[in-house]
Amino acid sequence: MSNQIIQGILLGGYYALIACGLSFMFSVMRIINLAHGSLAVLSAFALWFLASRFHISPFLGLAIVLPLMAVIGWALQRFLLERSARGGALLPILTTFGLAIVIDNVLFEQFGADTRSLAPFIGSLSYDSWEWPGSIFVGKLAVIIFVTAVILLGGLQLFLTRTGLGRSIRATSEDPDTAGLVGVDSRRAMAIAAAIAMVTVGLAGAFLGMRATFDPYAGATQLLFAFEAAVIGGAGSLWGTLVGGIVLALAQTLGAKIHPQGFLIGGHLAFLIVLFVRLYTSGLGLRGLLRLSAGKAS
Amino acid sequence: MSLLSIEDLVIRHGLLQAVRGVSFGVERGETLALVGANGAGKTTLLRAIAGAHQAAAGRVLFDGTDLSGVPSHERVRRGIALVPEGRRLFVQMTVEENLLLGRTAGRPGDWSVDRVLDTFPNLKPRRHAKAGHLSGGEQQATAIGRALMSNPDLLLLDEVSLGLSPLVVDRVYASLQGLMNSGTTIILVEQDLNRALSVSSKVMCMLEGRIALAGDSSSVSRDEVTKAYFGLHRKNAGGMPA
Amino acid sequence: MSVSAVIERGTAASRAAGIGIAAIVVLLAVAPQFLSAGMVDRMTALFIYVILAAMWNALAGFGGLVSVGQQLFFGLGAYFAIRLANAGLNPFVSLFVSAIVVGAVSWPISLFMLRLKNGEFAIGMWVIAALTHLLVNLDRLIQGETGTSLISLNVYDASTRRLTIYWLALASMTALLAILFGLLRGSTGAAIRAIRDNEDAAASVGVRVTGTKRLLFVLAAFGIGVAGALWLATAITFQPKTYFNVQWTAYMIFMVLVGGIGTFEGAILGALLFFLIETWFGGTGVWYLIGLGATALVFSLFLPRGLWGTLEERFGWRLLSVGYRVRLPADEATGGAALPANTTTHREKA
Repeated sequence: MSNQIIQGILLGGYYALIACGLSFMFSVMRIINLAHGSLAVLSAFALWFLASRFHISPFLGLAIVLPLMAVIGWALQRFLLERSARGGALLPILTTFGLAIVIDNVLFEQFGADTRSLAPFIGSLSYDSWEWPGSIFVGKLAVIIFVTAVILLGGLQLFLTRTGLGRSIRATSEDPDTAGLVGVDSRRAMAIAAAIAMVTVGLAGAFLGMRATFDPYAGATQLLFAFEAAVIGGAGSLWGTLVGGIVLALAQTLGAKIHPQGFLIGGHLAFLIVLFVRLYTSGLGLRGLLRLSAGKAS
Repeated sequence: MSLLSIEDLVIRHGLLQAVRGVSFGVERGETLALVGANGAGKTTLLRAIAGAHQAAAGRVLFDGTDLSGVPSHERVRRGIALVPEGRRLFVQMTVEENLLLGRTAGRPGDWSVDRVLDTFPNLKPRRHAKAGHLSGGEQQATAIGRALMSNPDLLLLDEVSLGLSPLVVDRVYASLQGLMNSGTTIILVEQDLNRALSVSSKVMCMLEGRIALAGDSSSVSRDEVTKAYFGLHRKNAGGMPA
Repeated sequence: MSVSAVIERGTAASRAAGIGIAAIVVLLAVAPQFLSAGMVDRMTALFIYVILAAMWNALAGFGGLVSVGQQLFFGLGAYFAIRLANAGLNPFVSLFVSAIVVGAVSWPISLFMLRLKNGEFAIGMWVIAALTHLLVNLDRLIQGETGTSLISLNVYDASTRRLTIYWLALASMTALLAILFGLLRGSTGAAIRAIRDNEDAAASVGVRVTGTKRLLFVLAAFGIGVAGALWLATAITFQPKTYFNVQWTAYMIFMVLVGGIGTFEGAILGALLFFLIETWFGGTGVWYLIGLGATALVFSLFLPRGLWGTLEERFGWRLLSVGYRVRLPADEATGGAALPANTTTHREKA
């Protein structure tokens, strides 16, 4: 049992990784990007393509794919989200949903329906494990993913609190108009935030591909995981995302223990229960459930 | 050349004309007090200079350049800083972080966090407090400090005494006096006529989006301003020459 | 300004449109006489698309609730029909009883979900749809993703079945559109338009925002439940994956976005266009789907009011008048800048 709990916690690291970009973008731009999962899958496919066609290890491939994801994030904000956000809160949902459909089907067109994995390209890392006291075996990859998530969340936190650019992004997230009046280019801050978010998405996509399989339509599930982890983590700091990811993963683990098909059901139920409790105890119903990092609320 | 020239400026809020063809100029080192009833267009005018409202007609010239279409953050970079009505601090950020934000525009100058804290000593112990937890006076000091951190050539102050106790207002104005003496150009919106006249070199009274009266603070009587305030006086209604 | 404004309910054109619509419905009712079996099936699909578009539009365009989980009700409509028919109810009757059950189920869901906002509501609905899909899979009758069939429908011969479903679809579409139209025209309609224009302001003048949204939510669930049940009747087989697929919501969004979100006629126009596009390009497979996504994307960016909304705005078109409109007699030019803006403000867009 303790073995499963440890596996669950480590899996939570992956969920935190995919969730942090979603909640980061939401807290800065007030937009839930429905193409979030599809973009993670896009990154996984890009790495797979580099690995299978040019024999570039997925870890090296990140050096190509992550900058690309940053550019995609920047362009996404500048050309799509900025424009559609001017039309109100509902339009960006439709815009990003349309984008998700385009990405999914373009991937299908390019790569077909086959499930892929990056596992064959990372050698023994995909199955190697360490033995911890109590004859608990933990996968090296799972530990790497978890540690990466912790480093990323910590780094993001430091960036937001300690750097001028981070402060500009937080100011924009709190009040874009006033940010402009004190000299912050809020359009630029948002585009940079989107670029950063997409880098985290790219990283999440890489780990998705390494620890599991993916296909062109896998984005929807990843989006739901990201959303669930972000909402469960809820208010507070970026570390809330990590807690949310771990709770989600543990609920899935528990679900799988109860019923062979209970993995996803467990996660969804945990999400709904947390949501329910949150809505009926804190009166957050009329405000956002997702919120930033370095402590923000409006 | 005037530091700031406003030429036939018109600002609309939807169908409403908040500023209806205003022209005036502000010289370097001047302190212009903007007075007038609520809704006269003072705040809108300041915000338009800062770039928060786009002009429907007319121009704002700063240091000889037309600011049409220049976004607010770029205006800060060129030397215009606004202390907005209601302070509008970033409440989730600390005093120090709020002040540092003022430096985003990257203008060279003498202002630093320490100098702001020296200027407003009441902020010193609150340096790492969240702006949302400050008292009204501390918030106002932070808002002014944040604007100063951009080392502005032109400082726009919108009702800095609003919601503060008279004692705190005295302290805020005492700090501002130093700025005025040091040659910073200031436009301030102030409800308190006496104070407006005593701190400023020029005074301008707005009524329904137009300039109802303009003149030197020393030569205009309080009575005249009061009349203009209520629309009983329309001397120089076209505004003073830019 | 003392101009005497003329307040109208509908225009001459809209009265003519009313008569025209009655004629169209009658024509459609007798159409199977002249159509091939394949065409009858396609027309049935069109009616179902119109229902889907109108119901999603009711929720998003009028209620301001964008959901990407409406496949929940589509799938449940089909699932409950299977369950009811399996319990011995006449298959045709079970289609509608199923939709009523869906409507009933949607009410407790609304209590919970309507407390969420915008994107949170949108994706929260998706989570509920995904969860429901998984739970339906657990039902032994359904046999997981293998699925099952509405076997009892096989007692009817193919042509009776086809015609009955056609008429049921036509009747359902007409009735649902009429209900929606009635809602928009009645006192609820004023509340709906107030919410659509400015939710906070509506609440502050005493409009029952949540109650009105709940009504739309349940109506949309019921209507989409009908559509799901009807789709099951035409397809016979029930595979959860097909019915609980987010693709259905994608279709709804496409139709409404292209036709004109928040306009009664726009959803119908969107469904028609979608039907034609599917007929012509549906065979191109994945490029067809890419095209749909890209079109939705482009419309959301550059023509967010959709085709009908844009035409209506430009030409003042109105076929089915659901509200009032104020016409100011003064020539727009004489009123200066303020007047044209005034007329647009008061011109209701529903």
